Amino acid sequence: MLKVNKQVIEDLAVGAAILGTGGGGDPYIGKLMAIQTIEKKGPIELLSPYEIPDDELIIPSAAMGTPTVLIEKIPSGLEAIKAFELLERYLNKKAFATCPAEAGGVNSTIPFVVAGAMNIPVVDADGMGRAFPELQMVSFTLHGIRATPMAMADERGNSLVFDTIDNMWTEKIARVVTIKMGGTAWIALYSCLGRQFKDSAIWGTVSKAIQIGETLRDAKARGVNLLDALLDCTSGYLIFRGKITSVERANIGGFARGEAKIEGLDEFKGKLMTIQFQNENLVAELDGNTIACVPDLICILDSETMKPITTERLRYGYRVTVVALPCSEKWRTDEGLKLVGPKYFGYDVEYRPIEKMVGGN
Amino acid sequence: MLRMGVDIGSTHTDAVIVDEKATLLYAAKTVTTKDVTSGVLSAMEKVIAQGADPTEIGAVMLGTTHGLNAIIERKRLARVAVLRIGLPASAAIEPMLDWPADLKSAVDGGVYIISGGHEYTGEPIAELDENRVRQVAKEAAAKGVRYFAVTSIFSPVNAEHERRAKEIVIEVVPDAVVTLSHEIGTLGLLERENSTILNCSIMPVIAKAIESVSDAMNNMGLERAQLYLTQNDGTVMYSAHAQKYPIFTVATGASNAIRGAYVLTGIKDAVVADMGGTTTNVGVLTKGFPRESSQEVEVGGVRTNFRMPDIISIGCAGGSIVKIVNNKVVDVGPESVGYRLTELGIAWGGEVLTATDVALALNTMRIDDTAINRELVDKKYGKYLHEAYRLVVQKVEDAIDKIKTSAEPVPVVLVGGGSLMLPKKLAGASSVYRPEAAQYANAIGAATAFVGGIVDKAYSYEHIDRNSALADAGAEAKNRAVLAGADPSTVEIVDVEEIAMPYLPGNAVRVRVKAVGKLRG
Repeated sequence: MLKVNKQVIEDLAVGAAILGTGGGGDPYIGKLMAIQTIEKKGPIELLSPYEIPDDELIIPSAAMGTPTVLIEKIPSGLEAIKAFELLERYLNKKAFATCPAEAGGVNSTIPFVVAGAMNIPVVDADGMGRAFPELQMVSFTLHGIRATPMAMADERGNSLVFDTIDNMWTEKIARVVTIKMGGTAWIALYSCLGRQFKDSAIWGTVSKAIQIGETLRDAKARGVNLLDALLDCTSGYLIFRGKITSVERANIGGFARGEAKIEGLDEFKGKLMTIQFQNENLVAELDGNTIACVPDLICILDSETMKPITTERLRYGYRVTVVALPCSEKWRTDEGLKLVGPKYFGYDVEYRPIEKMVGGN
Repeated sequence: MLRMGVDIGSTHTDAVIVDEKATLLYAAKTVTTKDVTSGVLSAMEKVIAQGADPTEIGAVMLGTTHGLNAIIERKRLARVAVLRIGLPASAAIEPMLDWPADLKSAVDGGVYIISGGHEYTGEPIAELDENRVRQVAKEAAAKGVRYFAVTSIFSPVNAEHERRAKEIVIEVVPDAVVTLSHEIGTLGLLERENSTILNCSIMPVIAKAIESVSDAMNNMGLERAQLYLTQNDGTVMYSAHAQKYPIFTVATGASNAIRGAYVLTGIKDAVVADMGGTTTNVGVLTKGFPRESSQEVEVGGVRTNFRMPDIISIGCAGGSIVKIVNNKVVDVGPESVGYRLTELGIAWGGEVLTATDVALALNTMRIDDTAINRELVDKKYGKYLHEAYRLVVQKVEDAIDKIKTSAEPVPVVLVGGGSLMLPKKLAGASSVYRPEAAQYANAIGAATAFVGGIVDKAYSYEHIDRNSALADAGAEAKNRAVLAGADPSTVEIVDVEEIAMPYLPGNAVRVRVKAVGKLRG
């Protein structure tokens, strides 16, 4: 068990932005919300999944909607709590703990706001191990856990419970209601018992993000190489270093699609990397050959600071370092790849784990 | 009518006098003083002493650092009552939550979150709680606070609640000074709120600076001259107007240099590198004005989003120290000898090898100063010169490349005292311009500035058609230029930018319009 204080939240925000692989938006708002909660309620417990009793209830908490609204209409802080309590009442059972649904943006820290208010711990696990754009893209779906009953609330006090035929429908309907609520909404979903949770969640995502933030902070303080420190603590691979020479964006079939070209520098001089992105970075090609692809994590970092650059901020001239991190083994199954593999996102690419692509065979 | 421009740099304060055709008539340099104002006055005296008739000067344009210094030093700041209109939303992050503690304690005059605010569509989230505004205004006034920063959710879309809150505050506290956030910043509630609070907090220090300079203008016999302050976007505003919007004066040095580069060359689109003694600022000239940053900028440790020039600053300039380790040049800068160049530089018989020494020895730069001995540099450091020079050039070239938006070569204009050392060819430049009087570019940019007004609003093109939205923003920008001191018959729109807001339905768009005009006679 770890006591999560203000410094840990700062570290978590840094690490979660890297695990966000270019998506999820700026973690700034979520970070400040969690800090305000901790300043008022004190540190929050982070539990290992081992510490959860098998028959206790776990309810993940999350936000839906657009980062563009979130930076202006900051939440009251009660929305996510209201959704959480509503689901507890609906299920007629108190939750033992909450946890994040994904890493990246506001969703990595919002469970701490709920945990602080409900006086419960956060579990060190999530449903993605990274960021994905849609609600059904979680490991819970692979294990047959339903998103619904799902509770949703807004800042005015409106709230509702969804019951849908499958998780894809939850995504479709909830998206529409979110717009009506003004562009952001707060949800409690994928409720399950301890034993189901332990099977279906991706373990250790929260502590991994914290460890990344802590490692980078420590490396900076000691003046050691930030990239080496990052690769060490993530089992990641350096796949490219260079300068962004073009960024193109287009709206194809309702999806914001983009492509960034990076010309190599240093040991990559003379080589060209192309990165396909939507909300997140999805496919990386080196001189025309795929070298990394979703669901593995492709992170574009500022070469100087090792801070991640979100897809909406990519532009000509950035000196970047591209690293690839292995995803959870759960995503590497046939069902996993059907849900979040390159083909789902519209790329005609066969997935191969990053360890095999770069690791030498 | 003549105009005087004054620019305060980190090491030197410059004053110039130009005529109506922007011809440089007189120029003077003094050392920047700790209190800033005395340096400004002595530069003004010095330039007039060169023979200008003070009664011929119709305008003084001052690029001031008083506001920024006050924020950085946490001194001379006003206490501000912070009114955020946003309940039931927004309580999850209280105002000033992540401000540095010393700045917060210098500025905090009470924080209040009140019901109201709007959605991105312009519809209200909740009604404005007018009674609470009244109560809060009384409470703040009772504590002796008279500066009010008012920020409501989505005010760049609908500012109705901010305007109404101001009316109420003035009703209750007639001598209150109220800043509304939609006049200061853009979307991003916390950053806009921070900018609005900072605007209030530096009002007294700017008012005092204006008063001192105005008094001095009278004493110097500048009977006909009006005082203007330069703004971050490369335009000026009348001093009385600047007292209401002092935050727009905090980053004007870089903008004045970019405007000066345009005035001196006539080139409207280029990259401008301003190399001084300690830093080189690289920015972009688009349509004759500085390109603005689209990201949050930290000021004094606080995230803000008011308009700022898009600048890449590197610690490599004229006074930068060449670092040699184990017989190898490892870096040039960021440490600098600053204004002590002529005392510490090797070429002047000193002990420190600087970028200027290197350039003098390699003969890529000439300075008329009989105290300079180039051979001294060559004798002591001959084998390091080429590598050190290559590093300086590469750093500037990298900064130029980073600020560009594509690989296409672009014209590059070099200004500032240190820029004399840079070569006539630079990577990524289609051509390199080095105007005469480049060392006075900042003051010239100030002296020749137009009066400007900017509007940055958000519209949903589903609720208002595009033409009406553009007309609305255009009319408001023109009005702001007139309020800032422009002659209404000369005001024109020089830039319109539409930025689609991602992930939102209803075709939500941010519209930025810039209007400029000539000084009112």
